[in-house]
Amino acid sequence: MATYNINVNGQSKEVNVESDTPLLWVLRDSLGMVGTKYGCGISQCGACTVHIDGKAARSCSTPISSLDGKKITTIEGLSADGSHPVQQAWIEHDVPQCGYCQAGQIMSAAALIDSNKNPSDGDIAEAMNGNICRCGTYTRIKAAVKTAAKNA
Amino acid sequence: MTNNIIQSNRRSFLKASAAAGGGMVLGFQLVSCKTEPKRPSFVQPMLEEPKEWSNLNGFISIGENGVVTIMSPNPEIGQNVKTSMPMIVAEELDVSWDNVIVEQAGLDTDKYQRQIAGGSQSIRFGWDGLRKAGATARHMLVAAAAGQLDVPASELTTSEGVIYHKASDRSLGYGDVATAAATMEVPEEVELKEIKDYKIIGTDTRNVDGFDIATGKPLFGLDVQRPGMLIAMIEHAPAFGMKIKSIDDSQAKSMPGIKDVFTINVEPDGFEKQWSDVNAHPGLVAVVGESTWQVMKAKKALKIEWEQDTSAESSSDHEASLAGLVAKSAEAARKDGNVDNAFANAVKIVEKTYNAPFLAHNTMEPMNFFAHVTKDKAELEGPVQTAQFLRPTVSAVCGIPEENITIMMTRMGGGFGRRLYGHYGTEAAVISQKVGAPIKLVYSREDDMTQGTYRPAYKVTYKAGLDADGNMIAFHVRGAGTHGSPVFADRYPAGTVDNYLAENHTLESNISTGAWRAPRSNFIATAEQSFLDEVAEAAGKDPIDFRLELFDRADKNPVGEKNDYDAKRYAGVLKLVKEKSNWGSTEEGVYRGVSAYYCHNSYVAQVLDVTIEDGAPKVKRVCCAVDCGIVVNPEGAINQIEGGIVDGIGHAMYSALSFDKGKPKQNNFNNYRLIRHSEAPESIDVHFVDNGERPTGLGEPSLPPIGAALANALYKATGTRLYTQPFNEQEALLG
Repeated sequence: MATYNINVNGQSKEVNVESDTPLLWVLRDSLGMVGTKYGCGISQCGACTVHIDGKAARSCSTPISSLDGKKITTIEGLSADGSHPVQQAWIEHDVPQCGYCQAGQIMSAAALIDSNKNPSDGDIAEAMNGNICRCGTYTRIKAAVKTAAKNA
Repeated sequence: MTNNIIQSNRRSFLKASAAAGGGMVLGFQLVSCKTEPKRPSFVQPMLEEPKEWSNLNGFISIGENGVVTIMSPNPEIGQNVKTSMPMIVAEELDVSWDNVIVEQAGLDTDKYQRQIAGGSQSIRFGWDGLRKAGATARHMLVAAAAGQLDVPASELTTSEGVIYHKASDRSLGYGDVATAAATMEVPEEVELKEIKDYKIIGTDTRNVDGFDIATGKPLFGLDVQRPGMLIAMIEHAPAFGMKIKSIDDSQAKSMPGIKDVFTINVEPDGFEKQWSDVNAHPGLVAVVGESTWQVMKAKKALKIEWEQDTSAESSSDHEASLAGLVAKSAEAARKDGNVDNAFANAVKIVEKTYNAPFLAHNTMEPMNFFAHVTKDKAELEGPVQTAQFLRPTVSAVCGIPEENITIMMTRMGGGFGRRLYGHYGTEAAVISQKVGAPIKLVYSREDDMTQGTYRPAYKVTYKAGLDADGNMIAFHVRGAGTHGSPVFADRYPAGTVDNYLAENHTLESNISTGAWRAPRSNFIATAEQSFLDEVAEAAGKDPIDFRLELFDRADKNPVGEKNDYDAKRYAGVLKLVKEKSNWGSTEEGVYRGVSAYYCHNSYVAQVLDVTIEDGAPKVKRVCCAVDCGIVVNPEGAINQIEGGIVDGIGHAMYSALSFDKGKPKQNNFNNYRLIRHSEAPESIDVHFVDNGERPTGLGEPSLPPIGAALANALYKATGTRLYTQPFNEQEALLG
């Protein structure tokens, strides 16, 4: 066990965990921030997606020891009040069914439109292919990403 | 380690937000971005927490300020009943939806009937009771108002939570009379609205949890956190048919954060199974510790010796056994006319066999459950589709009276039938009882995928005989599957052909199987509708016209009396999809397939357009016609239908679970393929038949037919029929 200081949603957080502990479990178990979801543990489903220095990253496969000096953003910190254009678009398009994968989908989408203001269908597919939605909301996700990009 | 306390109760959340003066979002109608560009489009005026709630019945509480709470009785697995069921109550209560808070009910079999998510039946079975709950409360409010205004109730009208006495130009809000209404006699009979008067039913209404989902609020079982809560995980046998021989847990027990390691058995001697107690691995090793990662690591340090208990089955064994079964006759499940004579007289015979593998459910949220079991009480919370069946099982296994067991149903990260079988809830209770602490049981993805209640492996053989005019004069279906045949003997095309024979075989297996979204239909629809496409071609007929001819026969002069479908409604969706898809039009490089199916009381027809891009199929468009009677929430209904289509394409195309000596060969998403974003249809159009029939379910019906629409379109594209799922592994598509 060791003490780590990480920057989550603009706040410095101190946690005492083993060095190989994935960021996902630090967020969920140590910090009680359960918006970031566990789906596979091997970077295959994208449910655990967060931003590390603004880029989409799979928190299930990111050990705490690799986060020194990095800025982490989770779904809880994407906006203070749910007003991020991607969150708004998700609500407007009524995207979720079960909703479990959607935090990860939203974080991937937010990273995409941050770097690409006018994503094509191909750009969206490439950016979102790492996020599985078992309920099959992909057509709504595509529409919501386009709306979000327009409103960003 | 710090645990934040999560309040999942929406009313508490409202109160906390109100106290802090925050902008709690409760409305679901969007303010247009065009009119108010700088304001978040979803923000609605905050609802004030009332000082006092009056309970009118198990579904409805009304505050003195007119705010209404409606309880959603059934488990929410993504089928959107947490929105659509309260909508039905609100309609008859006659309130504004913007003034409604929805709360998830816990298990309460005294107040609610059939608190189950399964068979697409929540709306169908809930329809009368939900309307009556709303109308009864409205009646009581009106009666209370009549007393206060000193006028006959018959002179009062209601609209959006206000009671009017037009003659004297007086009105009272529901909140003004709620306390008095709660003491009124509950009427035996109430008048229900006519369809033409609906204001909420039939209106696009957004998911009541949409905001909480988009902002990452704790909603799911895996999000439950309590003071002093420990994390538990299980280790089950690596293969079906194995059991624990010995265990060396010394290393695991010495690891940081680990509290205990022990074996459990959730099926003790004398335990009587209910239907929902499907579980191939009742004997487990449990690891309990402070955090999930610590427990995951300790699990890997366990040294367990397993021994063979029952057979070690491989997929090749299943294939050989199923092939053997469909090659031999079985007792007839249904027999009309004389198929042998008819086949002898046929001028053309088509005979084909279809296959599909086991499938895992793979809900995105793996199995988990919270349990806090004390001396004589148990508190459980988590994702389960059948809480009312979990309770007696926990009672029997833990020795706690049912009345001392509470179960709160969380929103579920998918169900698809997997959470009908709640053994993981029982496991959580047993583990909590043993360690004497509140625990949350968490399955890893690998634990989840390798111990399922899988969709069975299936095989079915069809044979059709045509006369010289291309009329189908004989039809024979023989199906086999693990733990049951996929064939519905009384379902279409039974009733459309004079000589018909259906036979069912069952293959016993120690691989546990169960309901998987649209059980049996999820395979048989693809097989049947692929086969009929081939028969239509052999008959030289357009595939839609061929099916319509059969429905016409079943409508005007049906064969047999037990046909389980309405031929007119079935034909109705086919005609609608024919029109909406502009069937018969052609586009270069675009190949079309059609399919139609009836299950779970709803009718669905689909036309799928596919292209081949860089040697791989790409679904351009799906046009879908649906008859589910009254559509309660069109937005939610369309979402369900889209999801079923994507899900059905994905599993028919890409997914399979196979076994090597009882061991699942796939254990995570790196080797079990699920459909991804780029593989989904580019667009899906949904059209409803508007007939005012009683509403039926939509969680399942759009999935079964789509596999055949895909196969039939791919046949047009490649010239090769597809008989075995997943299609992506077939030679025609591998190129």
